[in-house]
Amino acid sequence: MTAVAEQTRTLTYAEAVREALAQAMTADDRVFLLGEDVGTYGGAFGVTGDLVHRFGEERIRDTPISELGIVGAAVGAALAGMRPVVEIQFSDFTAQAMDQIVNQAAKIHFMLGGAATVPMVLRAPTGSGTGAAAQHSQSLEAWFAHVPGLKVVMPATPADAKSLLLAAIDDPNPVIVLEHKLLYKQSGPVPEEATPARLGEAAVRRTGTDLTIVATGVMVPRSLEAAETLSGQGIDASVIDPRTLKPLDAKPIVDDVIRTGRALLVQEAPRTAGFMAEIAAVIGESPAFGHLRAPITRLCGLDVPIPYAPQLERAAVPQVDSIVREATDLVRRW
Amino acid sequence: MDLIGDAGAARKTLVTMWTIRRFEEAVDDLFARGLMHGTMHLSIGQEAVPVGTCLALSEGDYITSTHRGHGHCIAKGARLDEMMAELLAKETGYCRGRGGSMHIADVATGNLGANGIVAGGVPIAAGAGLAVKMRGGPEVVVSFFGDGAVNEGAWHEGVNLAAIWDLPVVFVCENNHYGMSMSVSRAFRVKQLSERAAAYGIPGVTVDGNDPQAVHDVVADAVTRARAGEGPTLIEATTYRWKGHSKSDKNLYRTREEIEQWRERDPIARFEQRVADTLGEREIQACRDEARERVRAAIRAANAAPDASADSLTEAVYAR
Ligand SMILES: Cc1ncc(C[n+]2csc(CCOP(=O)(O)OP(=O)(O)O)c2C)c(N)n1
Repeated sequence: MTAVAEQTRTLTYAEAVREALAQAMTADDRVFLLGEDVGTYGGAFGVTGDLVHRFGEERIRDTPISELGIVGAAVGAALAGMRPVVEIQFSDFTAQAMDQIVNQAAKIHFMLGGAATVPMVLRAPTGSGTGAAAQHSQSLEAWFAHVPGLKVVMPATPADAKSLLLAAIDDPNPVIVLEHKLLYKQSGPVPEEATPARLGEAAVRRTGTDLTIVATGVMVPRSLEAAETLSGQGIDASVIDPRTLKPLDAKPIVDDVIRTGRALLVQEAPRTAGFMAEIAAVIGESPAFGHLRAPITRLCGLDVPIPYAPQLERAAVPQVDSIVREATDLVRRW
Repeated sequence: MDLIGDAGAARKTLVTMWTIRRFEEAVDDLFARGLMHGTMHLSIGQEAVPVGTCLALSEGDYITSTHRGHGHCIAKGARLDEMMAELLAKETGYCRGRGGSMHIADVATGNLGANGIVAGGVPIAAGAGLAVKMRGGPEVVVSFFGDGAVNEGAWHEGVNLAAIWDLPVVFVCENNHYGMSMSVSRAFRVKQLSERAAAYGIPGVTVDGNDPQAVHDVVADAVTRARAGEGPTLIEATTYRWKGHSKSDKNLYRTREEIEQWRERDPIARFEQRVADTLGEREIQACRDEARERVRAAIRAANAAPDASADSLTEAVYAR
């Protein structure tokens, strides 16, 4: 135990991402960053910070405002043997680059019969809560999870922000890493060593007996907070964080629902055709189906664009109290 | 239009520039005091571009705007009360609290909207121009954007469509020398952004964007061409933003001296000097007072208005 404690410091989520980038670049000359304002400015959310002073402008490469060009250049560099890590300032702007992400990066390995790989990473801040309104606050993970050839990662803790990014950089495929902008300032223990996680391994964050909460991104800490409140009311919830949406590690979810008989699926993204619809289907198609004591229940963002006004923005996506309310209802009614 | 010698035009120019300045200073202050939410992109130092441009437009003409759009909105004739109410998350705001600063629009005065996506408004302006042309109307469309937008695919595609279809569009680039932290010298190989016009077969001109008269004159020529069916023009107005890009900006990419040099070229102070004979000191002071009072009144009205209500949040997702 003590050995682990010595190697673990408290970092913010943003610092954890930066440390992963620095360690990957130190270990491998092929790794480089490109994106808007990642250099002297330090990144729109301050994530790249001082990296330009440590690694130089060649490897921490500022780009013009040209998302399609940036991602396309990363695809080309990856094909030609480099390991580019792209930062898109807000995940919303991936829309600008969608052709390169969907029709190029995701497809090339397959189209070429496996003859070439595209080992690139695309990092993008995602989600609402900052008053940035409809074009800067979306949760678009379902778009990417739907495309064969892409891997999709949503880290919810500083430790995962580091280890999952390292895994993404190691991976020979294009990986989309969606970092929640409300988590950047959250701190937590982060191991010093550069040990990548395994993509496709869910985290069981809490084990309970009454219901299984599955949550992604910022909904993970909100669900954990809700679980604390629920336990005060005599309701014992599990909280499972898939961490990688694709590949999805369904087993811990299915096993837990078999135990609890109830599933509450929480996402920030709008309800219709969201990722939790996929999780619901996975549970419904699994042996957990026969153990369900209640309908599988989704708690999602409303089917609205994210509004500007703080009171409207809060009402548009699940909050701790709405998770508590929904979980209580699910357990009491069934 | 003679903005210097004609007292009425001079007054209007000065009051509008001061109104933009005071509005943004007030917003900056409200934000710093925690009374305003989100982020803000201020155009302090750039006031001559929207004012010079919009004075060359007529009622019914359209504009598309950007994330840095308060000045465009005010210069096109929007009501300050509704703008301030929007920024303060009120039900009476232009977007009922849904849009905020980055999506401010006043469709009634032809402002088709600010845009949070760099260059997002450029093809939209081409489309508005297409609508005008198909209807056979006399209107023109001005598309405002920054120097950073000129490297987006959407910009190239929008400008090209306007060019090949001879659409009545005037592309106004507010070259404030930085796209966030990236300076124009790092982002382009051309000397002047107006050179890009040649690639699309349209006229391109660079003008002093801190001089409302100079901006007005080139825009007026472009508007005349557009109304005559001769197609679009690209105008590059060189200017500078005094403040950071947004609230997250530590200004590490430019020097204090550079900012100071541009502050000495303050478009408002320069204009006041040039209209000293036309208006006289008392009238100039009256313009300043009027702008300040308009902004104060807008804050009072907005503060008294009801907050935007979450009860109706799902309204306006779809048109009925
Ligand atoms: C497609 C897209 N990419 C990036 C951004 C983030 N961003 C907002 S404004 C801005 C700089 C824009 O520079 P410019 O077009 O010169 O306008 P200015 O801010 O100088 O007025 C950037 C990078 C965005 N809003 N949209």
